[in-house]
Amino acid sequence: MNKIYLDHNATTPIDPYVLGKMLPYYKDIFGNASSAHGFGQEAMKGIDWAREQIAELFGCKLKEIIFSSGATESNNLVLRGLLMSFRYAKKDNWDKKFHIITSAIEHPAILEPCKELEKEGLAEITIVGINDRGFVDLEEIKKEIKENTILVSIMYVNNEIGTIQPIKEIGKIIERINAERAKKNPKFAAFDRVYFHTDAAQATHYCDMKVKNLGVDFMTISGHKIYGPKGIGATYIKEGSPIRAVTFGGHQEYNIRPGTYNVAQIVGLGAAVELINNTKENAKINKRIEELRDKLTEELQKKIPDTFINGVMDNRVPANLNISFKNAEGESMMLMLDMEEIAVSTGSACASGSLAPSYVLLALGLSPEICHASLRISLGKFTTEKEINYVIKILPGIIAKLRKISPYK
Amino acid sequence: MNYSDILMDHFKNPRNQGEIKDANGVGNVGNPICGDMMKIYIKVEKDKDGDDYIKDVKFQTLGCAAAIASSSMLTEMVKGMKVKDALKITREQVAEKLGGLPKEKIHCSVLANEGFKKAIAQYHGEDIEKSAEEKEIEEAHC
Repeated sequence: MNKIYLDHNATTPIDPYVLGKMLPYYKDIFGNASSAHGFGQEAMKGIDWAREQIAELFGCKLKEIIFSSGATESNNLVLRGLLMSFRYAKKDNWDKKFHIITSAIEHPAILEPCKELEKEGLAEITIVGINDRGFVDLEEIKKEIKENTILVSIMYVNNEIGTIQPIKEIGKIIERINAERAKKNPKFAAFDRVYFHTDAAQATHYCDMKVKNLGVDFMTISGHKIYGPKGIGATYIKEGSPIRAVTFGGHQEYNIRPGTYNVAQIVGLGAAVELINNTKENAKINKRIEELRDKLTEELQKKIPDTFINGVMDNRVPANLNISFKNAEGESMMLMLDMEEIAVSTGSACASGSLAPSYVLLALGLSPEICHASLRISLGKFTTEKEINYVIKILPGIIAKLRKISPYK
Repeated sequence: MNYSDILMDHFKNPRNQGEIKDANGVGNVGNPICGDMMKIYIKVEKDKDGDDYIKDVKFQTLGCAAAIASSSMLTEMVKGMKVKDALKITREQVAEKLGGLPKEKIHCSVLANEGFKKAIAQYHGEDIEKSAEEKEIEEAHC
């Protein structure tokens, strides 16, 4: 048996088709895409093609897509770029603190820049919780929106428990609030709005990505979560939404994201999205992943007593399973699986370098013991039934061994 | 995680794992918040000099590889030792014997020593209620 990779929420292997599309841009098509000569223009054609693929996926205009180095940069651009454009909009705004709402289960690429803006005294941050099923509460978000709220940023799919957040519904709430603001204010304009961002890095392969359906003003995607290369992402910025650059330099990407075009990576992102745009084939792939995931879930529950699923299984992306085995510790399970050449991840503190267990699992209301006993097993499109059968065969023995060592029975 | 080969060997094949039914000292330590829980069982008898010695020692651990391996290593080190000498073993010595521990894992190795000391204390009939100092150590683990 070859090595078994079941950590697709962390990253995905690059699809051979994607790699094939990228390689010419590492060899012959090396021009600077900003150059007006033939070398440059050939490279720019690759970028244009990639942008078309993403515009198709999002159902948006070409100029509404800004390439970045990945989801972290995209998220930072939206959070800081929007806030800065509000600050620069009016002289009075320099003394104002703007309000941003986000959730307790966001990726650090949202939570940390929010903390930073708060530390700098530029923003006040409200963090909404989730229920024990794994979802944010619409009423809570609505309740938290106030006069100085400029942004709501809620992830589309959580990276640890895979739950799909009610983005369309939040989009509708924000649309209604903006309509009310417009009714009250005859001069209602860009800097009177509440904006809506979603980090869709974990959703791209599985969920509706049409920005009009979602009602988002900003959206983040990442290449390496969708069988594309690492170090590339894109930000959707709805036309007319104010974003000020956070890095400064050349004129690339309408001055919003300067820097020489990373052509091969951009083409790779485009190719990964092109595969998703083949909706019929992609739906088939996702269905197969889901069937394997469900088989794994059922068999583990059947074979291993005291097993708990973290977060509900409905409204969860097909790839993700987050499961706890009482009285077995996550890092130990992960290492024992690794010895069998099976790669998974865990929400136990012990594996993370910090001492606290996963804040996402804690936000679900789980006890620290259950958080420490968790494994995240995430499947991908190259996962085979044979591999899943092997995990089903191996894991019960590992749990039994660890429970034997444990003082609790 | 950068674990040494020695540590991984103790994790894969823990020594002295289990419980002693007729133990005359048991040390129960850990903190569920940290995720590491440990029980050390000892069987103390007199040696030919008439001193107390560790005739047998066993452990049960719910925790990460560092916690399991340090309990395994500690039990291996103290087994057969005079109690007064065994008490001198520090967690640094256990960590060293394991080929070192990653910095963020040092707190996991504290437990084995604490558990062992607590088992000895119980053998001596000392109050095994949590002392203030011990509580502090537990909090420090997290």
